[in-house]
Amino acid sequence: MKPAPFTLHRPRTLAAALELLAELGPDAKVLAGGQSLVPVLNMRLAAPAHLVDITALPDVDRVESSGAGVTVGALATHRAVEHDAGAHEHQPLLRQALTHVAHPAIRNRGTVVGSLAHADPNGEMPMILALTEGHVRAVSSRGEREIPAAELFVGPLETCLEPDEILVSATFGAAGAGARTGFDELARRSGDYALAGVGMVLATDGDGAAETITGLSAGFVSVTDLPERLVLDEHVAGTPTAEAREVAEAVAAAVREHIDPIDDIHATADYRRHLAGVIARRTFTRLARTNDRPRTQEAHA
Amino acid sequence: MSSEPTSTVRLSVNGVDRTVDVPDRQLLSDALRHTLGLTGTHVGCEHGVCGACTVQLDGRPVRSCLMFAASAEGHEITTVEGLGNGPDDPGPVQQAFIDCHGLQCGFCTPGFVTTIDAYVRENPDPSEEEAREAISGNLCRCTGYQNIVRSVCRAAELVPEREEDA
Ligand SMILES: Cc1cc2nc3c(=O)[nH]c(=O)nc-3n(C[C@H](O)[C@H](O)[C@H](O)COP(=O)(O)OP(=O)(O)OC[C@H]3O[C@@H](n4cnc5c(N)ncnc54)[C@H](O)[C@@H]3O)c2cc1C
Ligand code: FES
Ligand code: FES
Repeated sequence: MKPAPFTLHRPRTLAAALELLAELGPDAKVLAGGQSLVPVLNMRLAAPAHLVDITALPDVDRVESSGAGVTVGALATHRAVEHDAGAHEHQPLLRQALTHVAHPAIRNRGTVVGSLAHADPNGEMPMILALTEGHVRAVSSRGEREIPAAELFVGPLETCLEPDEILVSATFGAAGAGARTGFDELARRSGDYALAGVGMVLATDGDGAAETITGLSAGFVSVTDLPERLVLDEHVAGTPTAEAREVAEAVAAAVREHIDPIDDIHATADYRRHLAGVIARRTFTRLARTNDRPRTQEAHA
Repeated sequence: MSSEPTSTVRLSVNGVDRTVDVPDRQLLSDALRHTLGLTGTHVGCEHGVCGACTVQLDGRPVRSCLMFAASAEGHEITTVEGLGNGPDDPGPVQQAFIDCHGLQCGFCTPGFVTTIDAYVRENPDPSEEEAREAISGNLCRCTGYQNIVRSVCRAAELVPEREEDA
């Protein structure tokens, strides 16, 4: 199939892009890497009269990392963030999850910020933004605002963005000192959307045999309506990491209880719920086991 | 059709600067095939899944069915035609497919060749497992993939050899 006709605009400055969006109103869509939008247009599930292609905008492809978080510009591709050493050092969840986003050829073109704007609860990036309590920066000709993850996502494939707004960057929270992160998912084929996926941040205190768990939070792919962060501290806090196995089933049970998967052609809700519990239990125990190498340890299969 | 919006696009295709007038909604895959006559790039699904349309954009594999030709302004595109000099003088990845019997009907092959060419330049010594992962974004309905995995490993030998000779 071919898309319905539209006019493609390729502004060279952010100001020009914002002006176009203000002028064209809801008839226009922002086009970034196109890896979600173009399939939708090709299948004629949408037929906007105008596309504002932002890929010629200067200076919005940076990735900047510090103890405060990892900030990625609108045009930073999945690939760029996946390979960025600073981003990996400060928030390893990004690379851990990005290797599960589609295939390299899609990641070469797709943007992390575009994934957030697309707001797919089956996507990895929205989940990481929610789990790390990140935010995005939206600009329009009316001004600029910072939107926390918890407000950005309002429904499946739905954000609180206005049609005249462009997301110029997203900031993912950093993994603090002593925190370990892990991500795993199960998909039918390599690169497919996950049947279920779980990201985790485990916080610990102390060293070696005396190390104890102080906190645990989790985010989910394909098993909730909205990307969100579930705090699981009550099930694990105070447990020595060496004894994590003892509380792993409680973690899995809390996850199964919390999520709300649906039936579709790929899997039943019950199966997805079961999978999410298994992945949560395994990811948690793997993170607890790797107490010799905090932060750099990657837990994904 | 006659009144639909068009753009004039300058881009480089297989090292040659081209200027083309295209409908704004024309996919890069269709611009290559219909406007430029480069029918080596194949079109299967048009939603990014099959990989047949994969070309290199500034050296990196991308789906040409998920990009508009008008968005390619100023970029360098390499298609399967640009990775060899025709049937009598195949490029190293094309030769690897010949050596390993990596194709049957050949519909999927252009997408594999563009993908693998970029892959072996970044990963000069892939294991069989890595080779398998490298082609996981491309579908083939004929070969059963075994010989394509072999072709990846063979390409990893041939690409540096050819570069030394050059
Ligand atoms: C075969 C295939 C497999 C895939 N598998 C996965 C997967 O496993 N996991 C996954 O998460 N995704 C997957 N995807 C989806 C895809 O990679 C991302 O959703 C996509 O890359 C989004 O970023 P983009 O830059 O391509 O956005 P586009 O497709 O250009 O845009 C997506 C949406 O976001 C809006 N938008 C984009 N950028 C901005 C901005 N800066 N400001 C405001 N609005 C904006 C657009 O208007 C549009 O509505 C897959 C895609 C394909 C084709
Ligand atoms: S035609 Fe482009 S991926 Fe199938
Ligand atoms: S050789 Fe026929 S589809 Fe691959």
